[in-house]
Amino acid sequence: MGYKGKFKVWRGDASGGDLTDFEVEVNEGEVVLDVIHRLQATQAPDMACRWNCKAGKCGSCSAEINGKPRLMCMTRMSTFEEDETVTVTPLRTFPVIKDLVTDVGFNYTKGREVKSFTPPADLKPGEYRMQQIDVERSQEFRKCIECFLCQNTCHVVRDHEENKVAFAGPRYLMRVAELDMHPLDTADRKNAAQEEHGLGYCNITKCCTEVCPEHIHITDNALIPMKERVVDKKYDPLVWLGSKIRRRSSSDA
Amino acid sequence: MATDTIAPGPEAPAPLSPARAKIEQKTLRTDRWWLSPLLTLLVLVAFIFYATFRAFQNADYYADGLISPFYSPCLATSCVPDSALGGFTPFGSWWALSPALLILIFPLGFRMTCYYYRKAYYRAFWQSPPACAVAEPHGKYTGETRFPLILNNAHRWFFYAGLIFNVILTWDGILAFRNGAGQWGHMSVGTLVLLANATLLWLYSLSCHSCRHAIGGRLKHFSKHPVRYKGWTLVSKLNHKHMLFAWVSLFGVALADAYVALVANGTFSNPTFF
Repeated sequence: MGYKGKFKVWRGDASGGDLTDFEVEVNEGEVVLDVIHRLQATQAPDMACRWNCKAGKCGSCSAEINGKPRLMCMTRMSTFEEDETVTVTPLRTFPVIKDLVTDVGFNYTKGREVKSFTPPADLKPGEYRMQQIDVERSQEFRKCIECFLCQNTCHVVRDHEENKVAFAGPRYLMRVAELDMHPLDTADRKNAAQEEHGLGYCNITKCCTEVCPEHIHITDNALIPMKERVVDKKYDPLVWLGSKIRRRSSSDA
Repeated sequence: MATDTIAPGPEAPAPLSPARAKIEQKTLRTDRWWLSPLLTLLVLVAFIFYATFRAFQNADYYADGLISPFYSPCLATSCVPDSALGGFTPFGSWWALSPALLILIFPLGFRMTCYYYRKAYYRAFWQSPPACAVAEPHGKYTGETRFPLILNNAHRWFFYAGLIFNVILTWDGILAFRNGAGQWGHMSVGTLVLLANATLLWLYSLSCHSCRHAIGGRLKHFSKHPVRYKGWTLVSKLNHKHMLFAWVSLFGVALADAYVALVANGTFSNPTFF
């Protein structure tokens, strides 16, 4: 059964904007993105929103719904009361382009700063041999759809614009962890994580994990293990001594 | 988010990008996001008050062969008779303060640097952030990049020390199979209390992220270390419940101490099974 839903949608651009009230039809089984599309079709044809798959796999329709970073296509209208006003705003951490569309270029910049997979010099593509249990840990991280909800939610950059230079954000620290756990990667990821990508800024408050639509355990399986690996390299004299005596790095085992 | 919407912190907030969407509210969340940090704050403050009082009380920590976990091992000559483990009192008689103060730095340090408790107190005490997508009140943030919070990287050392304490507290539970006269083959409610406390502390320690790392997480090739991989898999399962074990073991320590204190001060006698 359909009903008239009350919505507040942020309209505007970098020069300013405001929450605009709408009353719009909501039908059974719909998600927030359906309603935004109905607004475009019936009341606000110039309302901008980014979307692609409508299946929670492209990571395009990230927004903040009642203040929570969510995918619009994965937020069912049935989770709200019929008389509840649903507020939809763009991601706060990134520059707004128009209405619900933000410029997420920050994330691509941070992605490019992570040194790519570095196999041993004497190993050519096609010669890679790995066992499943050696790669399955990092396969969880490959589920990432790059919706950037974690990047948007992380208070390190959400509340502190100045930290954007030093801090890569959870998505790219997870990428660093993925590479450091890769059985064939030879690059020094531990020093890079701490000194180039700002792992020390992370205070593990787990908001990245809370908002991840792919339910990746970003904090427990990537960020904390990476912090422990950094401790091995930089803050643990016993591991350092062991690596000297046994003539192998802590990551070779 | 407009810069003037962030509550004033200790320093003036650095300006957010002027190109961000200008939304005045600190958060638009409509759920009770404040409830979880508030409960965390209240429970931890209550524990801190209780633990501080008991640590300085220097009394009612040993009775009927039961020793409070706050005072074990008791390492000073001033410890009440029979409470020192094997009569081992390396601090001798010069230590005049409560013997609990000699040892509590270790469990305190373990919990202060714990990855779960860090989340809890950063949110509840420092409001950094108070909840996800809720603006924090501080103008500047450097996280764990500098002193003192960089010391949280010492978590593994407190973990190792905690293991020693777990062994001692487990032994305390075994010693509680003696009666007040020191004869073996007896069991009381106090025995169960101390053993339950030790079990919860083992679960908390073994589910720790540093434990998970040490036992196998640091490896690149699980396939070369099948035993450590098995250990890592088991610890990973426990690690999923680390928050639960953190809380339950905290209550367990406080309740075990309170039980011993009530027996020691004569509020009630320790009921025996045999």
